[in-house]
Parts: sequence; structure tokens; C-alpha cells
Amino acid sequence: MNILVVDDERDIQALFEQRFRKEIREKNHEFAFAFSGEDALAYLSQNHNKTELILSDINMPGMTGLELLKQIKQKYINPPPVVMMITAYGDAENFNTAKQLGADDFITKPVDFTYLKEKLKI
Amino acid sequence: MSVSVVPLVVSLALTTRIRKYVKVNGPANWEKPFYYAIFFSVFLFLSEAILQNSDIVKWIWHIYLIALLTFSWKQKELQALKGLMLAFLPFVIISFLNDLTEGIAPGFFKSYEEYFKSATLLSFIWMVAILYSQNRQLKAAEKEKIIRQQEDELNRAIAIRKVELEALVTERTAELTKQKEELENALQELQSTQSQLIQSEKMASLGELTAGIAHEIQNPLNFVNNFSEVSSELIDEMKDELAAGNWQLAAEIANDVKQNLEKISHHGKRADAIVKGMLQHSRKNNGIKEPTNINALADEFFRLAYHGLRAKDKSFNATMKTDFDEGIGNVDVIAQDIGRVILNLITNAFYAVTEKKNSISKDYTGPSYEPTVTVITSKTLTPAGKISQVMISVKDNGNGIPQAALDKIFQPFFTTKPSGRGTGLGLSLSYEIVTKAHGGELRVDNKEGEGAEFTIILPVKN
Repeated sequence: MNILVVDDERDIQALFEQRFRKEIREKNHEFAFAFSGEDALAYLSQNHNKTELILSDINMPGMTGLELLKQIKQKYINPPPVVMMITAYGDAENFNTAKQLGADDFITKPVDFTYLKEKLKI
Repeated sequence: MSVSVVPLVVSLALTTRIRKYVKVNGPANWEKPFYYAIFFSVFLFLSEAILQNSDIVKWIWHIYLIALLTFSWKQKELQALKGLMLAFLPFVIISFLNDLTEGIAPGFFKSYEEYFKSATLLSFIWMVAILYSQNRQLKAAEKEKIIRQQEDELNRAIAIRKVELEALVTERTAELTKQKEELENALQELQSTQSQLIQSEKMASLGELTAGIAHEIQNPLNFVNNFSEVSSELIDEMKDELAAGNWQLAAEIANDVKQNLEKISHHGKRADAIVKGMLQHSRKNNGIKEPTNINALADEFFRLAYHGLRAKDKSFNATMKTDFDEGIGNVDVIAQDIGRVILNLITNAFYAVTEKKNSISKDYTGPSYEPTVTVITSKTLTPAGKISQVMISVKDNGNGIPQAALDKIFQPFFTTKPSGRGTGLGLSLSYEIVTKAHGGELRVDNKEGEGAEFTIILPVKN
């Protein structure tokens, strides 16, 4: 599966690459990383056909995750990529807004990778 | 006959007086006999007129009058009237002696008739004079009695009124006491509500920061948790590689683990710094003025406000500028309170510039808007060159305060923020802290559409 991870924290790349090292080695998943909403849109304009899942943080400088979500859902209708938002625990406001904007799923920070992997299998 | 008019008048005068006196002072059963005595006098007078036999009636008159006087004189109950009786006594006796002498010794009477007449006249004058003076005394006494009665009545009325007034005063006092107690209770309730509100405002400003901070802490926590877990897995893998004799691979994994540990340490320290910032804000306020470096305080809270807002909303961005007068040094203030005021003013300023930024439409083509918040410190000097005042200004280039709201911004519960976003207590509490606790001034300079500048002016004691 081709996954785009969007987060302004640079260490997120090292974390995902280590957490999914087996899957990457066995070529089950392929990861791309964007460190801002703008980066993510630039990447998608080139690669939206192969990107199947987008994992995005919400609080980011510049374009927020919610704005990114809105734009993705407007631009890429066919085929629509699955967008999973990473929200802070208990942040009902962002959760509801993201849901309204069409987010497909949610995971909370700190990310539980076992749980995330279970989700990816389905 | 002409002589008999006098006994009639005398007897009537005496009996009516006595009757009057008895009527008022008692004994009550004496009233009637004296009443009959009046009739008896009139009867005597009439019978004398009809019978034409004045000699017998004359003697009856004498006996009657003497008996009446003697009887009255002896009565204890009539002692107060002895003065009255004395008025009649000489006349009654002399007129009796007059007639007696005339009857027994007409010759003697004839030769001394002038003396007898004079004596009778004198005693008559005496009687009239005494009666007249007694009458006057009596009238004066009666008048005095009436005045005394009126006075008594007045006093009684006053006494009644006094009792009424006292009751009224008691009632009013009770009412006032009750009202006073009610007011005291109300005041106490208000005071406790006020302190609760102040506490909740403190919690609200703390809450604003904690919300952001809690949000922010999720990121380092995410890395600490996940890098430590993944490192544990990597160690297992490294053991396997070592057992298989793949030294090269094992060394690579060891490098990864080391990098991970560095990341864990880095993010742990990041979390630590966030928590410390929060604790600083909530630390106990002892209300004591201490020498405080105003520039350092302004800088600390400027950063705290900025990072608090950034933590909550990363899209938030504003240019922070400081212009500190390095010559200010330390000023005696309650650092935590002034810090809160600065924090409040900066948070408001950031809110104002964010509002302005959000209100600019996407098709706007004019000069680009740069949200800017500036903190300025300055001082004024006495003619002797000592610092008399220190100013801390927070300036923004937001939309400014609408003229209609300007008068109300320091009032409790007034807020221009949408409901749920502000308590409306921030500026009113800031105002209290600056003016009441520090004897300073909180001034606002405002240009609608161009921004606002709040200035804390603190007096410096030399």
C-alpha cells in the first residue's frame, strides 16, 4: 500500500520507517513523507494516482491538516484516497470538524502502532 | 322685711358654697341636706313675706344661721371651708346681738344705735370683702386647675406618643438591623462569588495555556513512547543478528538504537520544558512585592503567551517584537500578578492580529498584512534623574477597539470574543491588579482599524 504521512515533526519519518521496517523490507507498504500541508498537495499533484492512504496531523504551521483534508476531498474525487487524521486525545472540536470535512478514520496521538497496523490490514 | 333679704343672701351663699364643695370632695350623702337647706332658706324668706310677721321669722333666721354655721364649723370634713365660715361669722353674730339688744333693752339700744349700725355695716363689709377675695382665689385656683389638667392631658398625650414612637423606633431598628444583616450576607456572598470568579479567571487563563500545552506535549510523548518501544524491538533483532554472527548488521542496528535514544532524550527534554513553563504560570502567588526585573518578566510572559497560542494553533503566526529600555532594572512588584496582566494583554493582542488576518479576504490585493505584536518598556525620570515611573506597553496592529466598546473594556464580564472564548474578566482583573495593588495606571491608546496599545504605568518609590 502506498501511504503518505503528513506531519511537521521531522522525526516522524524515522519513527515510521523503524516501526514499519519489516513491512517496508517485504515491500508490503511504501511510505512517502510531507512536512507541511503545502508539501503534501505538491506531492499529490504528481502522485495522487498511486497514493492510497493519507495519514495527516492536524496542528501544523501554515496550512493545517483540516485545510489539507478539505482540499484533498475537493480535488481528488476519482478514485478518492482514504484520509486518516491524527488528532490529540480528547480534542472533540478538531475531531468533529474533520469528520464533517470527510475524514475516513482517526487515530490519536501518541500513535499506537499495533492498532494502526491492525487498521491497515483491513 | 328689708332686713330679711340679707339673711337669705347669707344663708344661700353659705349653703350653695358648702354644697358645691361637698359635691366635689364628699361626703356624697351630705349633698342633699344642703340642697334642702337652700329650699329652707327660700321657704323662710317667702313665709316672712306672706305672714308679715317678721319678728318670729327674724329669730328663726338667727337660730337657723347660727345653727348652720356651728354645725358646719364642727365638721371635720368641712375644715377647708373654715375661711368661708369666718366671712359670715361676724355678721351673723353681730346682727343677732343687734336684734337681741334691741328686743331686751331698747333704751340701751337706742342710745348706742349708731355703734350697732356701724358694727353691722363693718361686719357686712368684712363678709363681702372676704367672699370677694375668696371668690377670686377660688377662680384663680380653678383656672390653675384647668391649666394643670390641660398640662396633664398634654403630658399624658406626650407619654402615649412617646410610647408609640418608642415602639416605632424599636420596629424600625429591627427592620434596619434585619436589612443590615441581609446586606452583610449579600456582601459576603458577593465577595465569595468575586473571589470564585477571580479564581476561575485565573484557571481560565491557566486553562488557555494548559490546553495548548497539553496539545503540544502529545508530540514529544508520541516520540518518547514509540522510539523506546521500537528500540526494544531493535535490541531483540540485534541479539538475533549477533547470534547469527552478522556483526556488520548488528553494528548498524546498534547505531539506530543510539540515534533513537538521542531522540528520546531530546523529546523528553522538550516535554520537560513545556511542563516547566506551565508550572511557572500556576505557581502560588504570595502577594508580596519583590524587586523584579521588569524586562525579564515581560520577556518571559511574552514567550509564554506566544508558545501557548502556538501550541494550540500552529497556523497561528505573528511577528514578535520587543523594544526594552535596558536602564529600568528592578522594580518592586507582585511579579506573578503583573506577569498575568502582561500575559492577558499579549494574549488579547495576538487575538486581535489573528482576527484581522482571518478577516482579510483571499482576493485582497493590497499591501500584505504582517500581524505584529510589540512589547515596549520605558521609564520616566524625576528632575533629579531618578526613575519615577516604569511603563510596559503591548502594541498590536490589529483592528483596534470599536469606539462603542472602548468605555466598557475594563468592566467585568465585558468581552468582544465569541461566547465561550473569553470570561470578560481578563482586563477588569488586570485593571484591578495595576491600579489597586500597585497604585499604577492601565492606559489604552486606540486607533480603530489600525490597532491598540495598552500601557501599564507603575510608580517607582525612591
